[in-house]
Amino acid sequence: MKSARGTVFKYGDNVDTDVIIPARYLNSSDPAELAVHCMEDIDKEFVNRVKKGDIIVANKNFGCGSSREHAPIAIKAAGVSCVIAETFARIFYRNAINIGLPIVECPEASKGIEAGDEVEVDFDSGIIKNLTKKTSFQGQAFPEFMQRIIAAEGLVNYINGK
Amino acid sequence: MGMTMTQKILAAHAGLEKVEAGQLIEADLDLVLGNDITSPVAIKEMEKMKVEGVFDKDKIALVPDHFVPNKDIKSAEHCKCVREFACRNEITNYFEVGEMGIEHALLPEKGLTVAGDVIIGADSHTCTYGALGAFSTGVGSTDMAAGMATGKAWFKVPGAIKFNLIGKPSEWVSGKDVILHIIGMIGVDGALYKSMEFAGEGIKNLTMDDRFTIANMAIEAGGKNGIFPVDEAAVAYMEEHSKKKYTVYEADEDAVYDEEYTIDLSALRPTVAFPHLPENTKIVEEIKEDIEIHQVVIGSCTNGRLGDLRIAAKALKGRHVAKGMRCIVIPATQAIYLQAMEEGLLKIFIEAGAIVSTPTCGPCLGGYMGILAEGERCVSTTNRNFVGRMGHVKSEIYLASPAVAAASAVTGKITCPCRLG
Repeated sequence: MKSARGTVFKYGDNVDTDVIIPARYLNSSDPAELAVHCMEDIDKEFVNRVKKGDIIVANKNFGCGSSREHAPIAIKAAGVSCVIAETFARIFYRNAINIGLPIVECPEASKGIEAGDEVEVDFDSGIIKNLTKKTSFQGQAFPEFMQRIIAAEGLVNYINGK
Repeated sequence: MGMTMTQKILAAHAGLEKVEAGQLIEADLDLVLGNDITSPVAIKEMEKMKVEGVFDKDKIALVPDHFVPNKDIKSAEHCKCVREFACRNEITNYFEVGEMGIEHALLPEKGLTVAGDVIIGADSHTCTYGALGAFSTGVGSTDMAAGMATGKAWFKVPGAIKFNLIGKPSEWVSGKDVILHIIGMIGVDGALYKSMEFAGEGIKNLTMDDRFTIANMAIEAGGKNGIFPVDEAAVAYMEEHSKKKYTVYEADEDAVYDEEYTIDLSALRPTVAFPHLPENTKIVEEIKEDIEIHQVVIGSCTNGRLGDLRIAAKALKGRHVAKGMRCIVIPATQAIYLQAMEEGLLKIFIEAGAIVSTPTCGPCLGGYMGILAEGERCVSTTNRNFVGRMGHVKSEIYLASPAVAAASAVTGKITCPCRLG
């Protein structure tokens, strides 16, 4: 995937993996089953409103807490095409790259984008366009090593290709 | 420009003379860990890899502990998946019910984690082993799968924050108060992507159990790892528990730290983190209002060790939990459970009206064995007080030490153990 375009769901600071996918559902590891409960404890309406391609934008430390890979898996399986945040918690950051969920760190975009805005992200250039407000932001580009994992669509394919 | 303790361990495991913050490296792994929640996903991912099996059957640890003993049919299926994988791959360190415990208490006790190791675990509290001078960090299931298959993992070498500990903690102040104080000071992302390096003469006044608790919660400040220098107490612990060879790394005198803090342990007071973030800390004696509570949990990978149970027993001995209070005590491993029984601690708990459970992570993550209803409040010695973490989204968790938790169980409201009289 070279780019993403969708409507924004906006959240605040420290969105933790317990609200992204509560542990009471971790007796399953099926992506479709996890997706049904995605963001349940922070936004009950999320799963009813999210459409394929939509984008999550949040403030600092997105994905803090547990190492559960079920969190990025649930977000990806819910149809989200990209997560933009001021900063990400480090385990979530690794997990998202490893499973092929595009994420971009960009404090300016996180401030300049509101819920409901239409946003486009180009993963090659890191440019984030807010089509609703007609503004654009430069997201942080990935180091080359991570770009290779992303290009392989995750760590498993990357290792298989080596 | 010198290296921190963490940087030295990573350099040695990447076959490099020197590394610096921000550098991407590939390091050899001494141990790869997973539990019953994260391992099934890792096993599924590993099956997609073109590999013959695991890189080293002695360097993988599989510990079903979260929803174990199996809480429902789906959990039972997950545990079965882990058990069959362990059997198929002849994993040496698979711990079945009866010999298991909460992973981060169990592995040091079994001697599998020692100074100088590089350890990854598909559990965020893998950072616990930094107490022994190891580099250990939490990862997700795909990283675990790659680690099991190749024995390697990629890391971005972290920058560091140094915490210089001085002085001696007073009675009723323990490792939990130290780490809650630090998280309150720097915030839940205060150490994001960084290592938390502990130093100073005050460390000798912290027990190994205190240090495990402190390193365990490095992740709650966003840290990649927390690490302690290897002193006599750490060596004594490893010699008692492990036959593995350990390597002592020391930070260079000119190591670079992004920030440095000095913490006087003698000035710390029993501390509690209010809902819904571990950074919302208050000194217990400074809480003005009465905060009525309904449940107390004493246990977890943070505070389920013998030292923790001894403190809780000291506060509960000859007293009784408040009417209507549920007090749940969970020894973290079978060995701790047995020792607590032999020392008479379990008798004290039961006579005080608490219950004692077999080792499990259960209530900490809202799995089972102590779920909260709407509007209920729990004082817990666990590590996270996020929204809905232990049950209903409108329940509340107050994080505290075993001493504060036990004292609060007696009075039915958040209480400093110094007030028990």
